[in-house]
Amino acid sequence: MTAVEERTGAPTPEIGKARRRKEDARLITGKTTWTDNMVLPGMLHLAVVRSPVAHARITSVDVEAVRQAPGVVAVYTGRDLAEEQGSLPCAWPVTPEMVNPGHPSIAVDQVNHVGEAVAVIVARSKVAAQDAVELADIDYEPLPVVLDMEEAVKDGADLVHDHTESNTSYHFVFDAGEMGTGGDTEQAFAEADVVVSRRLVQQRLIPAFMEPRSVVVQPQGDNYTLWSSTQIPHILRVMAAMVTGIPEHKLRVVAPDVGGGFGGKLQVNPEEILCLLIARRLGKPVKWTETRSESLMTGHHGRDQVQYVDVAADREGNLKGLRVRLLADMGAYLRLVTPGVPILGAFMFIGIYKFPAYRFECDGVFTNKVPTDAYRGAGRPEATFAIERIMDELAVELGMDPLELRRKNWIQASEFPFTTAAGLEYDSGDYETATQQALDLLGYDALRAEQQRRRESNDPVQLGIGISTFTEMCGLAPSRVLGSLSYGAGGWEQASIRMLPTGKVEVVTGSTPHGQGHETAWSQLVADQLGVPFEDIEVLHGDTAISSRGMDTYGSRSLVVGGSAVVKAADKVIAKARKVAAHLLEASEDDLDFSAGSFSVRGTPGSGVSIQEIALATFASHNFPEGMEPSIDADATFDPENFSFPHGTHLCAMEVDTETGFVKIRKYACVDDVGTIVNPLIVEGQVHGGLAQGIAQALYEEAVYDADGNLTTGTFVDYLVPAASDLPHFDTGNTVHAAPGNPIGAKGVGEAGCIASTPAVVNAAIDAVRHLGVTDIRMPLTPERVWRAIHAGGDGGDRASARTNAQAVDSSDAPSTAGGAQ
Amino acid sequence: MIPAPFEYARPTTVDEALQAIAEGGEDVKVLAGGQSLIPVMRLRLAAPETVVDLGRVTELRGVREEDDAIVVGAMTTHSDVLADPLIAQYAPLVAEATATVADRQVRHRGTFGGALVHADPAGDLPAVALALDAEFVIAGPQGRRTVPAADFFVDYLTTAVEEGELLVEVRLPKLAGSWGMHYEKFNRVAQAWSIVAVAAAVRREDGHIAEARIGLTNMGPTPLRARAVEQALAGAEATQEAVAAAASHAAEGTDPSSDLNAQADYRQHLVTVLTRRAVSTAAGL
Ligand SMILES: Cc1cc2nc3c(=O)[nH]c(=O)nc-3n(C[C@H](O)[C@H](O)[C@H](O)COP(=O)(O)OP(=O)(O)OC[C@H]3O[C@@H](n4cnc5c(N)ncnc54)[C@H](O)[C@@H]3O)c2cc1C
Repeated sequence: MTAVEERTGAPTPEIGKARRRKEDARLITGKTTWTDNMVLPGMLHLAVVRSPVAHARITSVDVEAVRQAPGVVAVYTGRDLAEEQGSLPCAWPVTPEMVNPGHPSIAVDQVNHVGEAVAVIVARSKVAAQDAVELADIDYEPLPVVLDMEEAVKDGADLVHDHTESNTSYHFVFDAGEMGTGGDTEQAFAEADVVVSRRLVQQRLIPAFMEPRSVVVQPQGDNYTLWSSTQIPHILRVMAAMVTGIPEHKLRVVAPDVGGGFGGKLQVNPEEILCLLIARRLGKPVKWTETRSESLMTGHHGRDQVQYVDVAADREGNLKGLRVRLLADMGAYLRLVTPGVPILGAFMFIGIYKFPAYRFECDGVFTNKVPTDAYRGAGRPEATFAIERIMDELAVELGMDPLELRRKNWIQASEFPFTTAAGLEYDSGDYETATQQALDLLGYDALRAEQQRRRESNDPVQLGIGISTFTEMCGLAPSRVLGSLSYGAGGWEQASIRMLPTGKVEVVTGSTPHGQGHETAWSQLVADQLGVPFEDIEVLHGDTAISSRGMDTYGSRSLVVGGSAVVKAADKVIAKARKVAAHLLEASEDDLDFSAGSFSVRGTPGSGVSIQEIALATFASHNFPEGMEPSIDADATFDPENFSFPHGTHLCAMEVDTETGFVKIRKYACVDDVGTIVNPLIVEGQVHGGLAQGIAQALYEEAVYDADGNLTTGTFVDYLVPAASDLPHFDTGNTVHAAPGNPIGAKGVGEAGCIASTPAVVNAAIDAVRHLGVTDIRMPLTPERVWRAIHAGGDGGDRASARTNAQAVDSSDAPSTAGGAQ
Repeated sequence: MIPAPFEYARPTTVDEALQAIAEGGEDVKVLAGGQSLIPVMRLRLAAPETVVDLGRVTELRGVREEDDAIVVGAMTTHSDVLADPLIAQYAPLVAEATATVADRQVRHRGTFGGALVHADPAGDLPAVALALDAEFVIAGPQGRRTVPAADFFVDYLTTAVEEGELLVEVRLPKLAGSWGMHYEKFNRVAQAWSIVAVAAAVRREDGHIAEARIGLTNMGPTPLRARAVEQALAGAEATQEAVAAAASHAAEGTDPSSDLNAQADYRQHLVTVLTRRAVSTAAGL
């Protein structure tokens, strides 16, 4: 090739390039707008007085001293706002009978969890507001505290909400036999050779995003602008309008740069509503930013299920049926999608296996804890954990190799598309190849041999290998499926492309990022589609006045659904530009080729006009096709027909020190199929982060409440989030089977790492010590639990919840769990 | 979170500091590195009337040699300790334990003296100071006094430093030559406090253990010496078996708490395993 040819050759495609994320420099250095950075003239600051008790009637509220405090402008109690606060929305009534007790933003007569707002202080400075908090004098008459789900569902149990009949919010059933997607489950169990049953516990987790929640509201006449550190500005706008009565067209919501969410900012928060109500009352801009303690205590939590799982098989290891009963902790109230989270898992418990029969039942249960809601994976990690744990238990029962049992039952590559007993149509993949690659990455055989040696020599440090496969439904979501599940909105996504006169391109997306790197990936998509340089593209998002329609970011939907909308919009831009090009080149549209950003007349080299030139010609419109409106901008809305189904095999080799119970990951390998990879660096980053979170669930994180309903793990001293130093090297790989359901072929990678890693890690630890009689260890696998499981049997038991390890200052301040500490 | 309002003084000498403390009112707190004090103030678990910041009292900073001891100024930061050649030579146990304290950021601010006066049972340095028979020099309105480690740690978060007083420096006897040392720390993640830890200094003499000094972290409201283990080791053969037999006494006389990380019985089990490991490593076994 000559140098000249090289220069005129087509640029290398952007899709597949490991581009560094263009947004990172400003995000990492903080040279950007986080909500809490915002300062508006005359802005007032809010501090929230929170309940120090989990369940009580409010007998008196005296805020006179608060009102007198320096700098305080106003104080509002629940009574003051009772008439106008409405109820925080729950968008997902999962059954027609579901009981929703309503969710006040501020408690009026009764508090139902520690940290619930009981008064809001408005002051001239954040310091003044905070200093006045301790002056509020509130009396509580304690009510019995409901914490344990298995107790809460018993007849005659104390009630969280005394106007409800029981603590059960709903009972949801999916039965494959009844739905016609599988055989009769009871019969399958009756006829099975082997049935294995387990009770598994998904502990409560805290999303623990890096940027605390923050809200600013600016009233301008009848109009309001609300800035929030939210994942969902679009949904928040609709919901906040409905709750407050501010007309939707008078409310603009902006999510500036947002520092993480993991589902924890997929919410309509009490404080967002309170800021709107108070700004409306005062006619002044207000700001609320939470402390880390408030964040851990009052932002919604995740997971928290008790899972009763039964699996049926024949002696040869052919799966016959799966039965799942869940108790899912809702906490004290139903927030945006609280009841729906376990239901998102309902369809995934069968994993990648060909179960002929399947039945799922779930009770949503109220307790006196902060509500649960979406947390990375939302329902699917729970489901994957259950199936991948029970597969290991079944293998032991059958005396089979756990990998062989899985192989025997998983869907073969030739069988796609495959409709499961849960009624989902899995799109594409190859479980065998992914597994084989993962085994090679791990060095499986050598580690099994070492495991054998350690067992034989009775080494105090034992080795185990854990396996987990996974698939999940991603690309939320086909609107008609959401409709059939009674979800309150659609699942489409919107994008628009604006061609600027200088040839630069603005891409507007309705899928609001909060750390995922949309700006980079979307730019890569558009660069390839339009043939314009990556650097010439700007991605706009997160402001309902700029990006008017959208469904935001969660459920690994952004690239699959939002990216597809971008591609579709680009197609429309090209179609319009083609008309202009034909006009300018005096050729027929059909004779035009479009490549590398230029239109040229087929067979006439050098005749081209670039799309960027066409943008300028459109701006001028001096010479434009007859009858065509002078714009080549376009928008598109994409509604997927089906979910996409990434899959993967994760393997963990784990050392267990049997003398101390300390577990240490020796090696971790995973091979994921996330469909087409637009940016390998972003995919790798998502997998690493997901692994960290999934491993953290297995080994470190747990929201623990004491017997009175105080959050014992109220600081990062006790709520243990691992750092890089605590995690192993990750050996990652990919297979690529493009998703047939979207133009990109992407399947979604946001949750992959945190779904399969948790069961892989737990299976590995149990594998290491199973010969010592251990069959289960409760998560997180604290050294104490592992040690107890080895030496005393059982699953390691409860942790001592009464004392934190947080620092104190002298003996009179001995570690306490005082609720309400902010 | 924002601390409650407080008065602030920033003296430059020990005398000025003592004066500031004396004039500071009812509840005065000395601020060293702030790594323990500031979090509790932010959580409003502490709300001192006055904070006396020792950050500019340069005479409290640094390590020097004095006869058969090295003297560590109270305001010497953890990272200064880690870089100090005298400590590396004569008290490597201090460096080894300090390296396990928190993370780089905390070690750059947190101080040797602050960690000792704070006396958190899960803190790593108190047990080390106790094992090394350190001496604490305390300054007060009446002048200076020296307190041996055995009398310094009084109770949970309570030391011999009285109100109105300051810890000035800590004297560590030079242990070198035939002494081997090791700090065995057990925690769940790298930057966390000790669940249990064992500080061991062992002197070997012709295949025997001549003398052992063992400090226990987080096995009671104060750091403890494992006296029963020390006695069993004195004169014992330097073998794994002998060390294991001695270490089985490690829980004697301990009174550990139960918290999220560990219940008391588990701590008492851990301490025997960790003592065996600490002594074995210190003795070069
Ligand atoms: C995230 C984190 C993790 C940590 N992990 C560990 C760990 O693993 N192991 C460990 O040992 N420590 C750990 N620490 C604590 C650290 O060692 C602190 O440096 C130490 O506890 C306090 O030292 P300081 O200099 O910061 O003291 P400060 O916080 O300033 O003071 C602590 C207390 O001592 C008093 N005080 C300080 N200096 C004097 C003096 N000269 N005279 C009289 N009173 C004084 C103060 O008034 C205060 O009451 C951790 C801290 C953090 C923030």
